[in-house]
Amino acid sequence: MTALEEVPVAAPQRAVAGRPARRGLRRREWLWGFAFIAPNGLGLLAFYIWPVFQTLYYSFTEWGAFGGHTWIGAENYAKLVSDPEVLKALKNTLLYAGLVLLGVPVSLVLAALINTPGLRGAAVYRVLYFLPVVTMPAAVGMVWRWLYNGDIGLINYVLSLVGIEGHHWVADPRFALYATAVVGIWMTVGYNMVIFAAGLKGIPKDLYEAAELDGAGPIRQFFSITLPMLSPTAFFVTVLTSIGALQVFDVIYLMLGSNSAALRNPAIDENQTIVFLFFERAFVDNDKGYAAAIAFVLLLVILLLTIVQFRAQKKWVHYA
Amino acid sequence: MSNRWWKAVAAAAVVVSAVACGGGGAESGGPVTLTYAIWDKDQQPAMEKIAQEYTKAHPDVTVKVQLTANKEYWTKLQTAVTGGSAPDVFWMNGPRIGLYASQGVLQPLDEQIAAAGVDTAAYPKSLVDLYTFEGKKYGLPKDYDTIGLWYNKALFDAAGVKHPDATWTWDDLKAAAAKLTDPAKGQFGIAAPADSQANYYNTIFQAGGTVISADGKKSGFGDPATVEGLKFWVDLIKAGSSPTVQQMSDTEPTQLFSSGKVAMYYGGSWEANGFAKNADLAGKVDVAPLPKGKKQAVVIHGLANVAYAKSKHPKQAADFAVFASGKQAQQIQAEAGAVISAYQGTQETWVKAYPQFHVQAFIDQVPNSVPLPRSKNTSAWAKHAEDLLLKAWTGEKDVADAAKELEKAVDEELGKEK
Repeated sequence: MTALEEVPVAAPQRAVAGRPARRGLRRREWLWGFAFIAPNGLGLLAFYIWPVFQTLYYSFTEWGAFGGHTWIGAENYAKLVSDPEVLKALKNTLLYAGLVLLGVPVSLVLAALINTPGLRGAAVYRVLYFLPVVTMPAAVGMVWRWLYNGDIGLINYVLSLVGIEGHHWVADPRFALYATAVVGIWMTVGYNMVIFAAGLKGIPKDLYEAAELDGAGPIRQFFSITLPMLSPTAFFVTVLTSIGALQVFDVIYLMLGSNSAALRNPAIDENQTIVFLFFERAFVDNDKGYAAAIAFVLLLVILLLTIVQFRAQKKWVHYA
Repeated sequence: MSNRWWKAVAAAAVVVSAVACGGGGAESGGPVTLTYAIWDKDQQPAMEKIAQEYTKAHPDVTVKVQLTANKEYWTKLQTAVTGGSAPDVFWMNGPRIGLYASQGVLQPLDEQIAAAGVDTAAYPKSLVDLYTFEGKKYGLPKDYDTIGLWYNKALFDAAGVKHPDATWTWDDLKAAAAKLTDPAKGQFGIAAPADSQANYYNTIFQAGGTVISADGKKSGFGDPATVEGLKFWVDLIKAGSSPTVQQMSDTEPTQLFSSGKVAMYYGGSWEANGFAKNADLAGKVDVAPLPKGKKQAVVIHGLANVAYAKSKHPKQAADFAVFASGKQAQQIQAEAGAVISAYQGTQETWVKAYPQFHVQAFIDQVPNSVPLPRSKNTSAWAKHAEDLLLKAWTGEKDVADAAKELEKAVDEELGKEK
């Protein structure tokens, strides 16, 4: 929108009646532009922007068991700020996001390794690391839940071989969130790696050649050329990963949720994240108004953290 | 120029919305497809057979059986009802009927029951009453279930412990559980999960306690007798005779029992089907009546078929719901051995389906049975029970304290119902 206003009008305005030809043309171009973005724009309006306002409206209502809602003002928010469950879930969500961000440097290093010239089977590695990204989260969650099983899980079996006694990783409140974060990293590393690899491809070769002539070794090259040149990519990856991690639901639901209808996992209350709490309130307890308020708080948290990240990029991101 | 363009957009929008909103309006006479939602995989073949039988009698109606795991069934159904697109016919249980009937989600079936000539005296009265709301029948009972003590004969024989029988008391069970526990093998005497229907409701009633008062206004969780019934299970975990809550969260009690890691398991009559099909358990498993506490008691519950009020084909939906609980359908169900059919005289058929188990134990306990606790909005307070009792089961809270706290929370929810 602003881009259109910034187009300089080159033709000086003559005091002649009738519109200059330029303006008519611009209007038609403007219409065509809109016609082209309409399919996407309408989708965005219908499925993202409109629901945001709907959620905001519903967060001021109370719902009946099967739909129908009444306006109750800010009651949901009043309840929310003093709800220990919400605070705990927010804390867990931030911790989880922090843990998953540890995967970003890992994916950068992996991308650099895979990009090593003359590496054999690079394509195979790339596929292997990318597989978790394209695997259904439901399958991922179930398989990892089995791996983490305290009695018959593979992880504890391997630990027992080296004489370490394992725990019930996903049923023990002390470990459940960390266990889930490992899976969260495992699921995002491949995607971030591919983006970093693309970024690496974009660094001009002659920079490295010049550095080599000046006598810089590979380590020095990495820190003086690769890292600064990759910082825009790193920024992009960091922002996307944190947004994704703050919205985590699937792995939590699958790995920490109830295994059967009648039995609750003893670890879930201490380790639930905000979207999981939203799900329980909205669809299990059917308290949809309160759930909408929770969702809106999450939106504000994500917005705030993203603004902070955009502000902070001036300090460390170099746009060459 | 621009004007024409906007007109085109507007016209397109109208066409799109017309297509999206079209397709409504039920026309009778044409072929009709009904969806029938269920949650038990073991019963699916029987339900599909019932659907086919119905189509034989009504060639213009096809019934599609839709299976959803029990874990997600109620969440999915409630969301579908909120969105106005629930299945035409579906299974209903005791704890939820109050909510669904009071909110106008279900059709009263009295007319269809009369038209089909069904005599409701052929069903257990307590179950017919369970699905009657403000004088109208919203569901016809399809089955009933009680709980039994499933046990692994092979493990009993290996440990030299006498098999359970109708004379067993709580003490007999505790002693046997201790003897059957072998930490070296990772084997436990019994599974003691915090499961209301299968576990602690039964022991609460056996101890003489209550869950919800007869008038539905007060909770009985704080009653010392009720606490006894809860303690029974927590003590078994404390004694090491049962896996911990964490272990049972990682691996379900059913799985632990099926893999021979647990020797005894409180399970419903609905388990017979799965255990019979499990080749690993062939010849190893049997069932006995529940051991008695102060008195003998067992929880009885039964499902019903109900019809969705906003179905596109309300008449056919109601008709099929009555058919699926009728004599012919219950006979099919009993022959498949899926569950104990509710219709008078079909129980024998179910018992005959399992010559390898003493399933008569489930039927024999009916005279001592207590209906599954419920109120108008059961899940509102059941949620608190799940949360608080879990903390007692893990040892985080003392059982009596948790029960007291729970009593307060349940009373509060019951107060909201009026």
